[in-house]
Amino acid sequence: MESEYLKIERMCCGYPGGFHLKEINFALQKGEFAGIIGPNGSGKTTIFRGISGILALRSGSMWLQSTDLSKLKPAMKAQRMAVVSQFPDVANVTVEDYVLMGRIPYREMFQFFESRNDHEIAQKYMQLTGIYEHRNKLMTQLSGGEQQLAAIAQALSQEPELLLLDEPTSHLDISHTVQILNLIQRLNHETSLTVIMIIHDLNLAAEYCDYLVMMDKGEIFTKGTPEEVLNYKNIEDVYKTVVVTQNNPLSGKPAIFLVSENIMREQREKYGGINR
Amino acid sequence: MTKNYINWLLFTLATLLLLVITAVFSLTVGEASISIGDLFPVLHSGEGMEYFILTQIRLPRVILAIAVGGSLSLSGAILQGIFRNPLVEPYTLGISGGAAFGVALIIVMGLHLSIGMFMLPAAGFTGAIATVILVSVLGFLRGGTDINKMLLIGVMISFVASSSMMFLMSITTTEYMHGIIFWIMGSLDEPNRGLIQATLYISLAGLMISYLFARSLNALRLGESKASTLGINSKSAIRILFILASLLTGISVSIAGVIGFAGLVIPHLIRILIGSDYRFLLMGSFLGGGIFLILSDVIARTIISPNELPIGVITGMAGGILFIIVLTQLRKTRKYGI
Repeated sequence: MESEYLKIERMCCGYPGGFHLKEINFALQKGEFAGIIGPNGSGKTTIFRGISGILALRSGSMWLQSTDLSKLKPAMKAQRMAVVSQFPDVANVTVEDYVLMGRIPYREMFQFFESRNDHEIAQKYMQLTGIYEHRNKLMTQLSGGEQQLAAIAQALSQEPELLLLDEPTSHLDISHTVQILNLIQRLNHETSLTVIMIIHDLNLAAEYCDYLVMMDKGEIFTKGTPEEVLNYKNIEDVYKTVVVTQNNPLSGKPAIFLVSENIMREQREKYGGINR
Repeated sequence: MTKNYINWLLFTLATLLLLVITAVFSLTVGEASISIGDLFPVLHSGEGMEYFILTQIRLPRVILAIAVGGSLSLSGAILQGIFRNPLVEPYTLGISGGAAFGVALIIVMGLHLSIGMFMLPAAGFTGAIATVILVSVLGFLRGGTDINKMLLIGVMISFVASSSMMFLMSITTTEYMHGIIFWIMGSLDEPNRGLIQATLYISLAGLMISYLFARSLNALRLGESKASTLGINSKSAIRILFILASLLTGISVSIAGVIGFAGLVIPHLIRILIGSDYRFLLMGSFLGGGIFLILSDVIARTIISPNELPIGVITGMAGGILFIIVLTQLRKTRKYGI
């Protein structure tokens, strides 16, 4: 594979005496938009914790171009990689100060205050994520969705090359969901920002991601393009749920439909199975 | 210069000014009242009863109040930050218990009479440091920093130390018991100039070092994981800050006894007033702690003059009441919280 940008090799990590990942292998090219999907508890967030260094690796290695990620100094790592967690940690700080914290990795040892440049960058991403109007509010006064937008603005203020998003749209309505994913997609296209996004909504995963990693019980079940990964067999195997897939009439990407028990019963009575 | 920097300068200057005003005021108050107008002529004269009172009694106390009040309150702010717990104060982790036990041991053995008064601060410091080492070793064991585990270990060691001290008190004479009780209640009456100077310099050094970690403390408000992804080495920052806060507390306790409340209440008051940005909070807590202790000392030495109350009595009562008033008045305050 030419010029692998991020390479995860035989990664194992987990919690003392508890859940752990089994030999995770995948590689991404620069500027790729990847998605990690899989049922609850399949190890999606644990992969992020391993990559971001919150969990130490038991074995395996992680490479960002030619740099060993586990040996990179925290501040250097934070300049290249930003993480938005599933439940943004908030404190009693204003949205502006919160977003400005994304500039911490760039601070010199004796530089205690933000530069003008830091303010401009924070302002830019607050405007792009649409929370600029809330900049003087406290984080704790915002709704879950607004907090998520602020967390994304903070991560973008780190001006990373690699962005890890853990269910960035879980608290957002469809309008904000699409707005944020479009923003990430635009940054991904324009600045070749590499993105890995954990996402539950398979339709969104199909629509936005170039590459999908499907997790099941701590290991990779399958990986590939959305077309390769999101067929009904894979989904039923991993999620133990009956689905019907079709293609989105505009994008041609797979679209997944759930089926209620009543309909399944009707189908079985009529056809002796599900008539896809 | 950006907005925050200008605000910080203004805030620091204003608090510093308040500290100077409080200090000057406290120099004029006491059994022998010296008016503000006379203050500088007396200091210039270099002789006389009033000169002696100012330079030998009141000024050293003011300086010690700034150093001890500043250290305790700075430690409180730091510890509340790394433990992300508003109830933590410098004494929660057993530092005061260890110091008090060390002092009680020396008093019970009568060593402070045979070897000299210098033994008491030395014993206090040894007790405090022994506790810190014990908590650190147990808490950091196997490379982990389970913050809550460390907190519980500290609380338990604190209980063990207090009980051991009570044991010593129960088997000793009434006279020695008095000695122990008075030491515990705290006092800014320290005859050794060198110790006072050293305490001041160490507290100022502590303030400066804490600023190197202001961004770590700010990031840690979002939790250890988030701080890590923002480029902070959370574990090492927490360890260094813990040791810094412990040293400052240990030194304060060994010089001035267990002066309660400054380390708990002052960081909270500053937080209510200006928010939880540690760049402001560290300086505010240090200067605010100094102001609080100077005022408490003025009350302690004037309220039943010519006798003197232990300063711990005043800090506890005044601090507690002040805090309740502020908290209930500002119930809807926007900036309250860690």
